Amino acid sequence: MLSRIRRDLTMAEAARGPGNARVDHLLVADMIEPRSRVLDVGCGDGELLKLLESRGVDGRGIELSREGVNECVAKGLAVIQGDADTDLVDYPDDAFDYVVLSQTLQATRHPRAVLEHMLRIGRHAVVSFPNFGHWRIRLLLLFGGRMPQTDNLPHTWYDTPNIHFCTIKDFRDLCITVGVKMERALALNAWGRPLRLHAPWWFWNLFGEQAVFLLSRR
Amino acid sequence: MPELKAVAGRIAVVREREADQPHSPVAVFGKDQPLQLDAGVELSPFQVAYQTYGALNADRSNAVLIGHALTGDQHVFNRHPVTGKSGWWDTMVGPGKPIDTNRYYVICPNVLGACMGTTGPASTDPRTGVPWGLDFPVITIRDMVRAQAMLLDRLGIDTLFAVAGGSMGGMQVLQWAASYPQRVFAALPIACATRHSAQNIAFHEVGRQAVMADPDWRGGRYFAETVSPRRGLAVARMGAHITYLSDAALHRKFGRKFQGRDNPTFSFDADFEVESYLRHQGSSFVERFDANSYLYLTRAMDYFDLAADCEGVLASAFKATTTRFCVISFTSDWLFPTSESRAIVHALNAAGARVSFAEIATDKGHDAFLLDEPELFQIVAGFLDSAAAARGIAKG
Repeated sequence: MLSRIRRDLTMAEAARGPGNARVDHLLVADMIEPRSRVLDVGCGDGELLKLLESRGVDGRGIELSREGVNECVAKGLAVIQGDADTDLVDYPDDAFDYVVLSQTLQATRHPRAVLEHMLRIGRHAVVSFPNFGHWRIRLLLLFGGRMPQTDNLPHTWYDTPNIHFCTIKDFRDLCITVGVKMERALALNAWGRPLRLHAPWWFWNLFGEQAVFLLSRR
Repeated sequence: MPELKAVAGRIAVVREREADQPHSPVAVFGKDQPLQLDAGVELSPFQVAYQTYGALNADRSNAVLIGHALTGDQHVFNRHPVTGKSGWWDTMVGPGKPIDTNRYYVICPNVLGACMGTTGPASTDPRTGVPWGLDFPVITIRDMVRAQAMLLDRLGIDTLFAVAGGSMGGMQVLQWAASYPQRVFAALPIACATRHSAQNIAFHEVGRQAVMADPDWRGGRYFAETVSPRRGLAVARMGAHITYLSDAALHRKFGRKFQGRDNPTFSFDADFEVESYLRHQGSSFVERFDANSYLYLTRAMDYFDLAADCEGVLASAFKATTTRFCVISFTSDWLFPTSESRAIVHALNAAGARVSFAEIATDKGHDAFLLDEPELFQIVAGFLDSAAAARGIAKG
């Protein structure tokens, strides 16, 4: 399920940066201190973990799909088969410096519990997700009158892994409710390139197709 | 039939000779180097038979120890001296194979208590001049691993690049990682568990009772009367063999097909192909395996419980470990189901260990680790490659 979302993004030809890394991965990686310990939840085919390891990060991964896990392990990555909703509970407190959840939050059953576990296991959390408040999605619902389908989110409502869509504002509210500190936030366009910094939240919420948040415990 | 019996007899004679004078190098440990057993007694003297493949590098850093399963032995990928068959893991080990003998120095010892040259109940007790039989002390997986560590000391190998094995071999891998964490760089436990489940102990007990119920077992002293509990051991093997397969695999292989006929005979002959297959498995097993060894090795597996050695906290068994782990299970394995491997992974995560875990989709059951499973080979090769790069072992 998780890897399917990843593949959708790749299909939309996410922009590539130096070393052919996906730009959204580079942005996530830039939020992480080199040589730290990182857990990537929903690590897909391990591309982000590979990028992080090239920066001296001690990376581990969890992935739901069997094919994704086996691909990662065959690449020499320390990845286990598991589910963000049920398996984070098994990790001890403070096991990692960062816990990354990339394009996976909306597919979890209990996003709030997942977020809380992330900041229990790690000192920091990096969360990226598709923004359901983007203007095109708003227009699709307003004028189409049906659940929006886009290039990045192509699933029908009855066959989607994405059961908990949110907007950037919604996620910000959740962070406030849970009581976590928002260290940094970025909104990205459809190709994973960042929108201009220092824009107000409403601007990001309307024009960002994705968002990346760096969070820490308060 | 008498001809067949004569062949079987010859194989049994060859096998009995293997117990003391195997077709393998042997490390003998004299009275000055006793083996301390968990049962609280010392075993001395004793010997360990082993096979090696490939070459040890100058740094002595490329040694891979393979733990064999319950009825396996040290003959990983050479012709078997008793059966003449090819080695039991020649799909996994060899030049260019995932455990590449061009790159790694592979050592496989016959486990303590077995019957292919390492001291066990079939070996001659030096005090009496006849096989140990039930006078042999009951041993554990930890005792097997202690003996293996003594073998490595003898071979001058301080640190193993990797320890790998499936089933009872996987138990040895976990015990190695727990007992000698500083001596194991990478660990590959496949299709195993940190403790033998009640169901598995139950299966083993049925097997042991089948052996002991055979009048030819003679209280374990069959060797003195030149008989052996062939029927009992064959039944034990037949029962166990079912647990190594899966319903789907049996159905695919045999279904309800009749053996060499179109209609049932309305008798208790082996009408069904699956019956005939199991009978063959049973009868060929008894040629190459000692009945008392079967009792001792199943017992060692039953007693295996890593957490029990750490006041019930499994994670403590791997505390502060720097070993890299790759845990592998198979979807259709109901003897060591994926939930057992998950328990290993949870404990390793709790200990902060570097662990990978993959479950491979197959309908071949527990025995899948011995069979042609391309995904298994890919994962093992990938895991070992990256670990070897981290260890600085040159490519083969």
